Amino acid sequence: MNILVCISHVPDTTSKINFANGDTEFDTNGVQFVINPNDEFGLTKAMFLKEQNGATVTVVNVGGTESEPTLRKALAIGADNAIRVNAEAKDGFFVAKQLAEVVKNGNYDLVIAGKESLDYNGGMVPGMLAGFTDYNFVNACTSLDLDGTSAKAVREIDGGNETVSTSLPLVVGGQKGLVQESDLRIPNMRGIMMARKKPLQVVDATGSDNQTNVVSFEKPAEKSAVKLISPDNIDELISLLHNEAKVI
Amino acid sequence: MSVLIFAESNNGKFNKATLEVASYAKEIANTLGTTVTAVAINASETDELAQYGVDKLLTVTNSSIENFNARAYADVVKQAAEKENATIIVMSSTTNGKYLSPLVASSLNAGYASNVIALPESTSPFKVKRTAFSNKAFSVTEISSDNKVIALAKNAFGLKENATSTTQESFDAIINDAHLTTTVTAVDKTTGKVTIADADIVVSAGRGLKGPENWGMVEELADVLGAATACSKPVSDLGWRPHNEHVGQTGKPVASNLYIAIGISGAIQHLAGINASKVKVVINTDPEAPFFKAADYGIVGDAFEVVPTLIEKLKAFKAQNA
Repeated sequence: MNILVCISHVPDTTSKINFANGDTEFDTNGVQFVINPNDEFGLTKAMFLKEQNGATVTVVNVGGTESEPTLRKALAIGADNAIRVNAEAKDGFFVAKQLAEVVKNGNYDLVIAGKESLDYNGGMVPGMLAGFTDYNFVNACTSLDLDGTSAKAVREIDGGNETVSTSLPLVVGGQKGLVQESDLRIPNMRGIMMARKKPLQVVDATGSDNQTNVVSFEKPAEKSAVKLISPDNIDELISLLHNEAKVI
Repeated sequence: MSVLIFAESNNGKFNKATLEVASYAKEIANTLGTTVTAVAINASETDELAQYGVDKLLTVTNSSIENFNARAYADVVKQAAEKENATIIVMSSTTNGKYLSPLVASSLNAGYASNVIALPESTSPFKVKRTAFSNKAFSVTEISSDNKVIALAKNAFGLKENATSTTQESFDAIINDAHLTTTVTAVDKTTGKVTIADADIVVSAGRGLKGPENWGMVEELADVLGAATACSKPVSDLGWRPHNEHVGQTGKPVASNLYIAIGISGAIQHLAGINASKVKVVINTDPEAPFFKAADYGIVGDAFEVVPTLIEKLKAFKAQNA
């Protein structure tokens, strides 16, 4: 079985978000980049599937050379090989087009991509990729069991879960639940050494336009200071929530 | 070329997110001097849409898609857009909306913007404001393609009544058989409990509560307020509460009117996840907890004393204001 895991290279979740160039660009100064957490759950799930049933796991990223350390980390965690589509990830539409080309050339049975990246939060790539490849698609997937070409998946719905039966080839929009937080793997020294020797193929982008672009960024307005209420005066809190905030 | 909305329904009835989408689409349609068409699948109670400005409703009745099926529903929405010559399609940011939207966008070669929080800043070029960086920032995004799909964030635009009369038309969309291969085998949905996605008020607690056995008062407070319960990441990682209650950057986002945080220190990832909530209250023993910088109202105090009093006083308040 061939599994493709799509990896987005995103600022660490603890990053302070700042913008540069007249608020038109994300300021990468002092920011540590990591594997997008939703993708990391997917990568770990791919490792589990590989260990259970045998599979070749390829990781792919659309980005410049700056994302290679992130791909190497995925290799150190256990992916077999990596592909970097050499292009700036202009928008989700563009990225999904690039990935669809990779899927077309690679004969993948299962594609796992995080349901959204923690930077742009577009939530575009898995769905559009399924659309472009005409693969089955389960989004916000919290559990996946494969049996031959059949798949049983659980997805999150508002207020609960839904179990679906589907089949390969399949695109999964991954998130926490595919594996648990405690299942995530930290690369060990041996993994890191081996990752250096694993193939990282750089391919050219296929011609496609982006359909959206960010004109500018804004940070939320500064909050006014918290109103402190004495623990002995709960009536005041209720009165403020009722009369001032008008939420109860 | 009307503005098209997908009117999501649960058990035949439209949800609040759909009515927000209708309210929002009507404003865009007014700006462009056009009308709003909704497409609904197996919906039975359709009257409400007229109140929120939907001029035309395409009703699809098809027993092969009783359950939500993203690929089949995308076929329906695509064909509805083509039939109505709609180039702007508005969806909600519900779990199903976010599942469906990128499929619709890819089939119409459309640019897609999710988590949109306000009316377009301009319609030509088409620019919308959306949240990004897990609610730590906003971006103004231009959609340059002819077809445009936008998913409206929950509770951002709100409901706006705009009574009109809706003409109904039944619509036979053709569904590709290959798109029916994903089928629902079981649904596990909490009934009789407010969900985080639908809740106007969310009561959330963290490690400050010391153990899962102390959640009774959190649930009681939620009960009094008609609120959903939620928790911080450490609490879900420790297994004190189910994962589906975890709110934050890698958990669920919360966009409620009121968010009450009990014994949650306010890690940056947690604050990002709840940033879209309108009013935040924090109860914590530690006055230095970062949550106090993000909250509107705060009580420095012991949750085990404050929360029971709050419950009692709220009960009295509710009785008086009922």
